[in-house]
Amino acid sequence: MKYLFPILAILTGILLWYALSIALNPVIHVGGITLQGAPTEQTMGNVQRIFYYHVPSAWTAFILFFINFGASIYYLIKRCPTADIVALVCAEVGVVFCTVVLVTGPIWARPVWGIWWTWDMRLTSTLVLWLIYVSYLFLRRFSSSGQTPVLAAALAVLGALCVPFVYFSIWFFRTQHPQPVMGGGGSIDPRMLHVLLINWLAFSCFAFLVCWSRFRLEKLQREVDEAHAMRSLMDEPGQSPPMAKASIGKSGSAK
Amino acid sequence: MNSTTTISASSAKGKTVSGITRATLLKDLRLEWRSKDAINSMLFFSLLVVVVFSFSFDPTAEESRQIAGGLVWVAFLFASVVALNQTWARELRNQVLDAYRVSPAPPNSLFMAKSLGNFVFVVVLEMLMTPLFIAFYRLRSIGPAWQLLLVAALGTWALVVNGTFFAAMSIRTRSREIMLPLLLFPISIPAILAMVQATTAILNGEGARFWIVLLVTYDLVFTTSCLLLFETVLNAE
Repeated sequence: MKYLFPILAILTGILLWYALSIALNPVIHVGGITLQGAPTEQTMGNVQRIFYYHVPSAWTAFILFFINFGASIYYLIKRCPTADIVALVCAEVGVVFCTVVLVTGPIWARPVWGIWWTWDMRLTSTLVLWLIYVSYLFLRRFSSSGQTPVLAAALAVLGALCVPFVYFSIWFFRTQHPQPVMGGGGSIDPRMLHVLLINWLAFSCFAFLVCWSRFRLEKLQREVDEAHAMRSLMDEPGQSPPMAKASIGKSGSAK
Repeated sequence: MNSTTTISASSAKGKTVSGITRATLLKDLRLEWRSKDAINSMLFFSLLVVVVFSFSFDPTAEESRQIAGGLVWVAFLFASVVALNQTWARELRNQVLDAYRVSPAPPNSLFMAKSLGNFVFVVVLEMLMTPLFIAFYRLRSIGPAWQLLLVAALGTWALVVNGTFFAAMSIRTRSREIMLPLLLFPISIPAILAMVQATTAILNGEGARFWIVLLVTYDLVFTTSCLLLFETVLNAE
């Protein structure tokens, strides 16, 4: 169990490296073995390779936001602190992946469409989703109540309910984005699909690893906070440390 | 016998729920009538928005028909934050909110009273500001103008129901006045989009059915979920 995290980290590193290599090169040679990578796209050229980061990041972010929604509902019902930590961690890592999507999108759009940004359906809904979860993190950061998890869970539920509305309202605008790769009737080279799925797997593993690490950190942080709170409760007025007594005496005499 | 008791008990409960809502609503309206704090600042604020936008864009009658939907709603959105911010902040003085919390009154009737109160404030603001908008921007609707009333009512309700809920959340945070728009605006984006698009479509004589249906659904979903979650948020101290 102790070595599980490092082992997973090394495996994820190897997977990420492999995914990166096949995304960047049409053919790669490792030792004596020749591996098929992603072919170069006919019209867009090498620029299209950003697709292998853009789409997996988006899928990973959506999954994380979905987990955040599930964990928030579970927290509201059961009030289980672990569910709250899961919700927090998923929102944080999800916002990071969503930021990657919003940054790689314009980098891809500029050479291909000739514009950095367009108010098209998918771009706008991703941006709104990002805004909703950033406001969620703001609430967690600024809350002064001891019941932050409850407030945050309520906001997460409303935010998730808002997503279909965002999608439908923006659906009314003309869409400039490429049709969805999976189940959208678009055709994709099977080799490209293979690279895409490997990249998605690698990104998901990476996201899981980051979430896990953040989860442990948050849990330890809460334990430390709790220990501090307990200690200050234990310090009764009669048993205050000598330093405190001395300072009280001083201020008393100064008066 | 038993069923009669249940019916009379439930009808009595129904009466108290609406009674509490009415009492709180009347109290809020009376407070506002005497102080006129919210309505004055909202009016002045939206007047400033109208004037500043008019200088910044200097639109012709045709252009203003295109941008008026956005302008009107941006002005009302920012102005309504003023009313929403003071909804619960007013109850913090003398621990009134704590008294609400320990009283056996159902939290949802309190929530409904506060939402209805804010609805009234924002509707009054809209009624006073709309003639000014029409005069300043030389507006004339090509489509059926009565639909604008429907859009205004649905849109205002969407803003105030979420706003009242998030205001109850933001009083639990540091710098609560800033926090309300940060929470309210992202979730209101579909509603704002629907209001603006519906208004623009009606002014230009195009169909706004999709947006009105979207607003109705949005109102239903968010009113229900706010009512379901409000008790949890009110008790989260």
